[in-house]
Amino acid sequence: MSDATRAEIAVVACAELFRGDGEIVVSPMGFIPSLGARLARLTFEPDILLSDGEAYLMTPEAVVEGWQPFRKVLDTVVPRGKRHVVMGANQIDGEGNQNISAIGDHSRPKKQLLGVRGGPGNTANHRTSYWVPRHSKRIFVDQVDIVSGVGYARAREAGLRYHDVHRVVTNLGVLDFGGKGHAPRLISVHPGVSVDEVVEATSFPLITDGVAESRLPTEAELLLIRTSLDPKAKRDKEVPS
Amino acid sequence: MADKRMTPDEIVAELEDGMTIGIGGWGSRRKPMALVRAILRSPVKDLTVVSYGGPDVGLLASAGKIKHLVFGFVTLDSIPYDPWFSRARETGSITVTEYDEGVFGTGLSAAAQRLPFLPTRAGLGSGVMDLNPSLRTVRSPYDDAEELLAVPALKLDAAFVHLNRADARGNAQYLGPDPYFDELFALAADRCYVSTEKIVETAELAEAGPVQSLLLSRMLVTGVAETPNGAHFTTAVPDYGRDERFQRHYAEAAKDLEAWPKFVDRFLSGDEARYQKAVAEFGESA
Repeated sequence: MSDATRAEIAVVACAELFRGDGEIVVSPMGFIPSLGARLARLTFEPDILLSDGEAYLMTPEAVVEGWQPFRKVLDTVVPRGKRHVVMGANQIDGEGNQNISAIGDHSRPKKQLLGVRGGPGNTANHRTSYWVPRHSKRIFVDQVDIVSGVGYARAREAGLRYHDVHRVVTNLGVLDFGGKGHAPRLISVHPGVSVDEVVEATSFPLITDGVAESRLPTEAELLLIRTSLDPKAKRDKEVPS
Repeated sequence: MADKRMTPDEIVAELEDGMTIGIGGWGSRRKPMALVRAILRSPVKDLTVVSYGGPDVGLLASAGKIKHLVFGFVTLDSIPYDPWFSRARETGSITVTEYDEGVFGTGLSAAAQRLPFLPTRAGLGSGVMDLNPSLRTVRSPYDDAEELLAVPALKLDAAFVHLNRADARGNAQYLGPDPYFDELFALAADRCYVSTEKIVETAELAEAGPVQSLLLSRMLVTGVAETPNGAHFTTAVPDYGRDERFQRHYAEAAKDLEAWPKFVDRFLSGDEARYQKAVAEFGESA
């Protein structure tokens, strides 16, 4: 029995997002996704390029290996599609639409958030995943108030040929939109979490056939997370056990 | 030989009510804050502000200067939300055009190239289309026949940017890692005003950094103001980083309508020299 914490399991689930990505830029928003990206880079996905969220591409040893200022990201990296972003989400619905713009009526929102940011362009151009540290019905809603990241039905209607919403990793498990007609599916629950718990924390119905248990970190992965990537265990603040 | 040196107040005196003003930088990074503060103490009003928004947007909203905002986000970076921007939106006191970050840049590029629009995939299928009924799409005239968003040119009456160094004729240089979109703001505007940490002799520019760091040519620049610490409290690396303690103080005061007048009295009721003196005193009180 592994002694991995919930946060460490979430880090590995985030790392797994990048499996098979190859030599593309990975842009994780949030602390646990960024640990996941660095873990993947150090282990099974050594060719991915890591953005530091500022103007640099950095190796896990913090060596600068490239220049990627914001204008370059938006003018060339995003439209060319060699990128996998992990965004946060204030709301996600069953079609895979995501909202980080505002809650309520857009002309006078109940709560103003960041704005749509890069969600529309990311989802139009390249693989996009989401990270939700607190899985709840407030976030997993029937219908988002404002569409920032575009979901499957809208992408089809708009003819977005490069649309690719991959997975949603949360503190409870991992979802995707791989059901019939891109229906939302629970693909794994983290150890210690029941399928019912996830279903109850989600407003829209989830396909729950064949739900797996999220994989545990290997001993080597645990060592990397604990001694090199996050020795001060800041991950536990984002996802308490 | 044109000497384009001006004071922030002289620059702002050239604005008119109702103008469309672009503000360079990104979030809480290299914002022309001394020029923003000059707008705060001027009578100019009803501005349309175009910005990758940070505290420039919050402060202008706090003084009721913004009528309409064109934005993709507003954030203080290390603090997710600007309280004054939130208040302006949640009370409905400003109208907005909300773009994806890339769509925003595409609109500036169209204006910079004197084109009516430029096509992009970004925005299609998203709230950007739902919320802006005036946006149109265009179909590729080639065999693919793909339908794309036609982003209208985002033309600016004036642009304000802050750069690390400039000469008196308006050649301007960034010394940090990111030029942001400042060049596009300058190209999209009828007039571009630069605030800078230091005005130097032209020969010193190429000595201070690689020639690629000479971001703006003087032919794009109408006026240049020397404003040391003029991006405060946003970052202007390598000259200085973000003043996180001050930014927290701003955000806390901005959240509390009773505390706000004290913040205005202490920092924003005088000229730039008084602001910088109050900031220095705030720094010493840590």
